[in-house]
Amino acid sequence: MRAAATLLAVLALAGGALAHDDDADEDLGRRAPAAASSPQYRKECGSCHVAYPPGLLPARSWTRLMGGLGDHFGESAELPDATRAALTTWLEAQAGGRRVPAAETPLRITETRFFRREHDEIPARLVRDNPEVKTFARCNACHADASDGRFDEHTVRIPGHGRWDD
Amino acid sequence: MNLAPLAVAALLAAPGLIDAYRAAGAGAPDAARGRAFWTQSFAAPDGGVARACTSCHGPDPLGPGRHVKTGEVLAAMAPAVEPTRFTDPAEVEKWFKRNCKWTVGRECTPQEKADVVLFLTEVKR
Ligand code: HEC
Repeated sequence: MRAAATLLAVLALAGGALAHDDDADEDLGRRAPAAASSPQYRKECGSCHVAYPPGLLPARSWTRLMGGLGDHFGESAELPDATRAALTTWLEAQAGGRRVPAAETPLRITETRFFRREHDEIPARLVRDNPEVKTFARCNACHADASDGRFDEHTVRIPGHGRWDD
Repeated sequence: MNLAPLAVAALLAAPGLIDAYRAAGAGAPDAARGRAFWTQSFAAPDGGVARACTSCHGPDPLGPGRHVKTGEVLAAMAPAVEPTRFTDPAEVEKWFKRNCKWTVGRECTPQEKADVVLFLTEVKR
């Protein structure tokens, strides 16, 4: 598994020469801390789940997602209009996902090619069949600092398994 | 009376809420009815596991909950433990609206809200 943050650190040391090698990794590294920068985002979205790094989806994904909060993956996540408008604007400004094909508007980060490639070596038994994890959507089950936008591979601890090294 | 200042704040806030529910048509609130509503299971429209307020908030209002879908830890619902509970009416209504729709399949009535708020506010350590 590649770790975006580690890769980014290496790229930074290399003077950014390879920085365009993987825009999605760049999105995560550059944009992820943004989640921490908006108390409103952390409060309104982070009460139910990790405040996902907005840079992992393109702006059009956030626009669509925020337009459908009445049925948010099967739950009502309705917000007062003013709050919804403010958060939509913020998310669109923080968006990334430039490698997502233009014809696609993913609503789940876990369905993006970037996410799948990062996690393609993790067997289902450690996630789906692991009662402490259950779903890849729970970043913070294994990435303790996910809410702060940090996904460094060295900090990964899979419950019931331990560190993840490849 | 010998209450901690924060507990006093919570006790003052909840009656304000209950007054608002009464103004919206609720009768006298009843904590036992609130407890029954809080723990009642409702069939899930998708045929999945039945839903209750306690699915996410946990069986004990004095202890933490765990979001049934995301696993996120939720602070205790009783103001006796979590003094910020029921102090911000806009927050309270936002969550009642969402959670009642998901759990019960409709918004809660002012009576149900008054009962639940009274039940949770009265739970003591
Ligand atoms: C799917 C999970 C879930 C279910 C089921 C659920 N809630 Fe909640 N509830 C939450 C979350 C998340 C919060 C916000 C985080 C927090 O305040 O702990 C919350 C907060 C609340 C609040 C805000 C209280 C305050 O002042 O802080 C109220 C009121 C509430 N819920 C009532 C209910 C009632 C009534 C039911 C059952 C009809 C219910 N909830 C079922 C997830 C749930």
